[in-house]
Amino acid sequence: MSAVIDTHGHEDHGPKRGFMRWVTTTNHKDIGAMYLWFSLAMFFVGGLFALIIRSELFQPGLQIVEPEFFNQMTTMHGLIMVFGAVMPAFVGLANWLIPVMIGGPDMALPRLNNWSFWLLPFSFTILLSTMFMEGGGPNYGWTFYAPLSTSYAPPSVTFFIFAMHLMGVSSILGSINIIATIFNMRAPGMTLMKMPMFVWSWLITSYLLVAVIPVLAGVITMMLMDINFGTSFFDAAGGGDPVLFQHVFWFFGHPEVYIMILPAFGIVSHIIPAFARKPLFGYSSMVYATSSIAFLSFIVWAHHMFTVGIPLVGELFFMYATMLIAVPTGVKVFNWITTMFRGSMTFETPMLFALAFVVLFTIGGFSGLMLAIAPADFQYHDTYFVVAHFHYVLVPGAIFAIFAAMYYWLPKMTGNMYPEWLGKLHFWLSFVGMNLTFFPMHFIGLAGMPRRIPDYNMQFADFNMVASVGAFAFGFTQLLFLAIVIITIRGGKKAEAKSWEGAEGLEWSLPSPAPYHTFATPPEVK
Amino acid sequence: MAGAYYVPEQSKLPIAATLASSIMMIGAGIWVVDNGQGNVYTSGPTIFAAGLVAVLAVMYVWFSTVVKEHQAGMNNAQLQRSYVWGMGWFIFSEVMFFAAFFGALFYVRNFSIPWLGGEGEKGVTNMLWQGFEATWPLMQTPSQALEASTGIAAANTVRGPGEIIPWSGLPLINTILLLSSSVTVHFAHSALKAGNDKGMSRWLAATVILGFVFVGFQAEEYVLAYTELGLTLETGVYGATFFMLTGFHGLHVCIGAIMLSIMWLRHRKGHFQPKDHFGFEAASWYWHFVDVVWVGLFLFVYIL
Repeated sequence: MSAVIDTHGHEDHGPKRGFMRWVTTTNHKDIGAMYLWFSLAMFFVGGLFALIIRSELFQPGLQIVEPEFFNQMTTMHGLIMVFGAVMPAFVGLANWLIPVMIGGPDMALPRLNNWSFWLLPFSFTILLSTMFMEGGGPNYGWTFYAPLSTSYAPPSVTFFIFAMHLMGVSSILGSINIIATIFNMRAPGMTLMKMPMFVWSWLITSYLLVAVIPVLAGVITMMLMDINFGTSFFDAAGGGDPVLFQHVFWFFGHPEVYIMILPAFGIVSHIIPAFARKPLFGYSSMVYATSSIAFLSFIVWAHHMFTVGIPLVGELFFMYATMLIAVPTGVKVFNWITTMFRGSMTFETPMLFALAFVVLFTIGGFSGLMLAIAPADFQYHDTYFVVAHFHYVLVPGAIFAIFAAMYYWLPKMTGNMYPEWLGKLHFWLSFVGMNLTFFPMHFIGLAGMPRRIPDYNMQFADFNMVASVGAFAFGFTQLLFLAIVIITIRGGKKAEAKSWEGAEGLEWSLPSPAPYHTFATPPEVK
Repeated sequence: MAGAYYVPEQSKLPIAATLASSIMMIGAGIWVVDNGQGNVYTSGPTIFAAGLVAVLAVMYVWFSTVVKEHQAGMNNAQLQRSYVWGMGWFIFSEVMFFAAFFGALFYVRNFSIPWLGGEGEKGVTNMLWQGFEATWPLMQTPSQALEASTGIAAANTVRGPGEIIPWSGLPLINTILLLSSSVTVHFAHSALKAGNDKGMSRWLAATVILGFVFVGFQAEEYVLAYTELGLTLETGVYGATFFMLTGFHGLHVCIGAIMLSIMWLRHRKGHFQPKDHFGFEAASWYWHFVDVVWVGLFLFVYIL
């Protein structure tokens, strides 16, 4: 029993100091903060790779990097941004916020939580180290299609596979922990249909993760066996099929892209009501829409493979199933807009990012619908139109939502308000830079410029130059974000418990910054 | 504060687990890469073994910590539920891992092999593999068929299996063994709930023995396949799906049997009460899961 009493005793004077505090911590706020810092670090690494790509593409012709290295840059940029920047950022927010939002004392399995985090820096060290190995790092695209990633891959692919396995372990354990937390740690009275939308979106995201990350583990295991142990999963000479790789990969990969956007939906569903000073319109329809999107994500994977040679019936099925996703997504966009309708709105930085999310994510959604049309996809497939599409859903979608969340909850995390004018500057520079980068890609894509190629035809030169200028503007703007976070941690106007006039939820009932341990005794939710 | 949710203090276990698993993975990577390049003086096996030992050591310490905490009464009913949720969803993730391999088997049997044989909508692929006929089990691979019919050798010819393992021999015995073990573990559970310590001990021991006998027969089957039948990992997609599915299943049987053996030891030490024995229950869930996977394997890999 003594340890129970110890826990209680420690709760008032906070954590131990020094490096080992972070290594050994079991506190959800510490672990959430580490996830967020890790994500920011990876965001800069992945961003550096993106700027190398855009430098090479500034002009036609080969000038800065070798094509072989260019391929490594496109691959590593994708892998790092997906698995290192976006996913850990959302997991970090989940760690920090879910326990306080549901009135629980911590995550359900705190030591497991620490393990989930620390696997990431190690696995990404292994992944990044492959670039210094003989033959170079991954050069087969973030989707690592066989046989590019098997027969024609550099030897480092084996380390890539093991790094991905470690990341997968981290994701599975993290999501099991989140499910257990949400089902088991809610304060009395916090029924499922009273849960904040961010919690709901993460519950559904966790299900997606538990269901598909093992499939990723399966497909990379097949790769490992094909490369090193003579199996023929992806080799037609032995009766296998390279397209099998794509089926298994995208069975993971499509839910994966929803894993990167559902938590963003949850965040925006907090911020828009707060700054429109109205409750969220259609809460229950939001829950059902998110669940429907998650369900549909399992039966649309082959829309990534329309041109690979699948039967006509398959093309039709996957085309219609994909278009069906527009319905629940439309419900969500409708609800966000209706929440704002006749609201008493103000436009602080989180709201600006959330509004840009609604508009720009919708653009990405519409280009997704264009790509869903199987016959039209034969024109768009593997062009910059696809690049424009998924960057519109990931940059002003996922990443803007992460920024919005950081500005919205930073006062709760640090106890200080960020400098509003700097936040707004960050927003406008990001907004302009991001659109400058990715909007022209729609045009060059429709005109036929292929993706993942270091050189291009003269006719694409102007738009590429614009995109590169935009990319540098967007990239360097993010240093401003780093500066804002540091400034806010170090000082600034003291934040009130309820930092925003229209903010709702248990987290705002806590002082700012939130104490190290919160809700050791659960609050009563009415 | 009795009854409060137990949030553990700082712990070195997770970072130890991270280091151990990373070392194991790096060792495996070095080993496999060196092996592929014909480098016999590789440090891989040593590093891998060191990592594996460290992983096992961390698991031992971690689980005994949890057991001790439970026995000290730190875990309330709510924390117990966290473990229940955790184990349940962990098993679900394992199901999805097997689903990837079952999905691959389904796809090659129903789609890609018929297409390679010239059947169906994508049968045009057959022009690359003249003379290939779709059969399952795939005794003659597309590259063998091409070589036989045209005399042209493919860039990498893959040989099919010589013979396959009939379902009616060892696999049938193994099915009976594993299904019985699911029943015996259930009897053990019932005995435990009824407070019948002796019954629990015996039925659980029977389960573990059945599990290890299964693994023994599986090993015998593998030896037979490699030495006499010419069925190996490298014999085309039949060999690949056969060994990956049965191999991962066999690995899970080993893990499950080790888990149950530990539960047997824990029971001998008096860890379990008729109403408080989730450690055992979790292991038995895992055992039932392994059993269900085997039923799928027996049907789709051996019989059909």
